[in-house]
Amino acid sequence: MIKFSDKQLKIPKLMRPVYLVTAGQSKFDRAFPDKRTEELCVDALVQAAELLNLSPAELKSYIHTCYYGHFADHFGDQLLGESVIHDRLGLDPLGNCGVKTGGATGGSTLWEGVKAVASGYSDCVLAMGWERMDEVPTDEGNFYISCAADKDWESPLGHIYAGYYAVMAQKYWKVFGKEEDSFRRTLAEIAVKHHGYARMNPYAQSPMKITVEEVLNSPVVAYPLRALDCCLMSVGAACAIICDEATAIKLTKNSPNKPLRIWVTAGSHTLRPADRRDMAIPLLPNETAKQYKDLGKKFPGGERYPGFTGFLAARMAAYYAYNQVGIKDPTEDLDVVELHDAFTISDVQTYEDIGIRPYGYGRDYVESGDCYHTNPKTGKPGKLPSNLSGGLIGCMHSVGATGIMQVFEIATHIWNRWAEIHGDNKLWKKFDRQKPSDWTDLQVKGAKRALAISHAGVGSHVTATILMDPDKLIKKDA
Amino acid sequence: MSMTGQVHVKKGQYKIKGDFHHLEFGQPIRLADDNWRLAGITNPRQLTHIHSYGGEAIFFENLSKGKLMATRCDNKKCETKGSIYQPFRIHCPDCLGKNTVIDMTDIAKKTAKIHTFMVCERSGAFNLLDKPIKFINIEFDGVCTILFSYLAVGEPKMGMRVVPIFQKLDPTYTILDMAWVPKGTKENQLPKGFSF
Repeated sequence: MIKFSDKQLKIPKLMRPVYLVTAGQSKFDRAFPDKRTEELCVDALVQAAELLNLSPAELKSYIHTCYYGHFADHFGDQLLGESVIHDRLGLDPLGNCGVKTGGATGGSTLWEGVKAVASGYSDCVLAMGWERMDEVPTDEGNFYISCAADKDWESPLGHIYAGYYAVMAQKYWKVFGKEEDSFRRTLAEIAVKHHGYARMNPYAQSPMKITVEEVLNSPVVAYPLRALDCCLMSVGAACAIICDEATAIKLTKNSPNKPLRIWVTAGSHTLRPADRRDMAIPLLPNETAKQYKDLGKKFPGGERYPGFTGFLAARMAAYYAYNQVGIKDPTEDLDVVELHDAFTISDVQTYEDIGIRPYGYGRDYVESGDCYHTNPKTGKPGKLPSNLSGGLIGCMHSVGATGIMQVFEIATHIWNRWAEIHGDNKLWKKFDRQKPSDWTDLQVKGAKRALAISHAGVGSHVTATILMDPDKLIKKDA
Repeated sequence: MSMTGQVHVKKGQYKIKGDFHHLEFGQPIRLADDNWRLAGITNPRQLTHIHSYGGEAIFFENLSKGKLMATRCDNKKCETKGSIYQPFRIHCPDCLGKNTVIDMTDIAKKTAKIHTFMVCERSGAFNLLDKPIKFINIEFDGVCTILFSYLAVGEPKMGMRVVPIFQKLDPTYTILDMAWVPKGTKENQLPKGFSF
C-alpha cells in the first residue's frame, strides 16, 4: 500500500488568473500526401487569429513563448520538429520548448503554457500540437506506437500497444462489466455516439452513421474490443493562445470570443501497468471512503485499487483540478466535457476516475443518456454531454494535437460559436467533405464551464483542463 | 559480403564489428490523380541499435538458465522494506536504494496465477510471436506487482494457475525467453526450445 504526503497532495494555485482567448485547428485525416506538417500548423494558427478578427501577424506580435506538443519524433522522422515548426511559423527568436507525454501531450502542452503565464514569465503563450502518423503503414505505425511501452519488458511482446492496454480492458470487462452482453452493448453505444457526432464536425476523420450491431460485428482487435471501439490514427494540428488578463482583454476586443479562465492539472502513473502497487482510493469532493468500503463485495476483483481497472493518473488530475477550482460534483458543475476515448471501455473507466460516476457504475453515464447532447430517453438536453466533437474514435487522435483539439471544442461551446464554426459551408467545402443533409447544431446552450481530459496510453500521464466563463466561477480566488 | 552488426564490451568500451546499417535509395511518391506529379519520397532505412540492459542484465541472462530473478528492498529505513518487485526493479521506488536480487523461480512455480489476460489478434511490425497472442498478467504470492508476459499453451482464464517456461535452447536474451503455461502442462507440449 503506498501513501501520499500532504505536500504531494497540495492543491495547485496559480499566481495570477490565466485566460484562453482563441484556438484553432487543421483538418484531421489518416494521411496528408500533399501537405507538410508546417502547413497544418499554419492552418491552425491562422484560424486562431481569424476567430479574434486579427491577422496572423497581429496575433503573433503578442506571443512571447511557445510550447510545442509533438509526441513521436520517430513517426515524423524528424528530431527537433518543434524548431522546424517554430521557424516556419515565423516565431524565431522567441523561446520555445517541446513537450512529450504520450497521448496526453496536447494537455501537457497547455499545462506548460498556463504555468508560463501564471508565473508572470510570459503574458501571451502559443500552445501548438501536432502529429505526423502517415509516414509509415499501419503495421509499422503499430510498431512505433509500441515503442512507448517498456522496450525490454513489453514492446517485444507483439509490438502492439493496443494489446498492452487491452489486458486492462479485459479486467474492467470482467470485474465491473461482469462480462454482461448489456455492458458490451453500452460500449458499442459509445462508438455509435462518437462516430455519429463526428458527422456534424467538418474537421473529423471518421464520420459514420452506424448501429450498435455494426459495432458488435466489426472485426475483433483484442477481445472484447472491436475495430469500431478503437480510436483513430491521425494527422493534424491544433493550437491555443493563453494570456494574462490585460492581454486577453486587448486580444478579444474585436471578437465574439470572451476570454475564458483556464486551469490545467496533471497526474501520472507507472508506464508499465505491471508496476502498479495497491493504495487507498484518493477521494474526489463528491465521494466518501464509506461508499467504497464494500467495492470488492459488489464487484469481486474490484478491491484492488487502482489494479488494472482504474487510471490513478486521471483520478489525481481530477483531484487537483476540482479542488483548485471548487468543483463539488462534475455532473452538476460542468456543462460539457471532452474525454480521451482511446477505446470505448477506457471512456467508461474515465467516467469513474473523474467522478462523473462512482467506481463500478461508469456505464450508467451512457445508459442514463446523460452523456448525450440530447438525451435519447427523454428528448431533453443531456445532463453533461461528452465528446460532441466525435472524440478520438470519431474525430481524430493526432496525438500531440488531441488534447488541444478537445479544448478548442469545449471553448467553442462556451463562446457560443459551435454552430458558426462547425456548420460553416465554406469549411466543409475547403476540407472536401460532404456536410450531411441532417447536419445538427450540437451547441450546448448556455455552456459556461467545461472540462477536457488528455490521457497517455495505459495511464502514464493524464491532464485535466478546465475552462470557465469568468463570470461563472465557482471559487472566486481559484 | 555484409555481416550483421555484432558488439562486445572490452575495458568498458563497445567494440563493434560488421554492418549497422544498409544503404538503399528511396523511391518517388507520385499523385496518380494529378498527372503523376511528385508528392514525396520513400526513406528506407534499416539500422541496428546497441542497447545496454544495465542492472537488469542479470534478469535476462538468467531466463536462458531457467531462472526468474526479482528484486527486494532490504533497506531497514524504507517504509516499504521487504517489497518484492517483479518486474525486476534495480532500485526501490520509495527509498531509491539498490534492491537485492533474488531468485523467485520457486515462488513463480508454486503461486503464479493469471490476474488478467487478452487474446490479441493483431500485432505490429517486427512481431516474433505467433498470433493470436495470449497476453497475460501474472500475480504471485508476496510480490507487490503484476508481471506482463504471454501464455504459450492453452487458453487463458482469470485466476488460472500457471508456471513459467524458459527458452534455454537458442535463447534470444530478451523477454521472449520467458513464457507461461497452465499448471500440469507436459514437457512435450512446450514450444520448441522451451523447457521448465
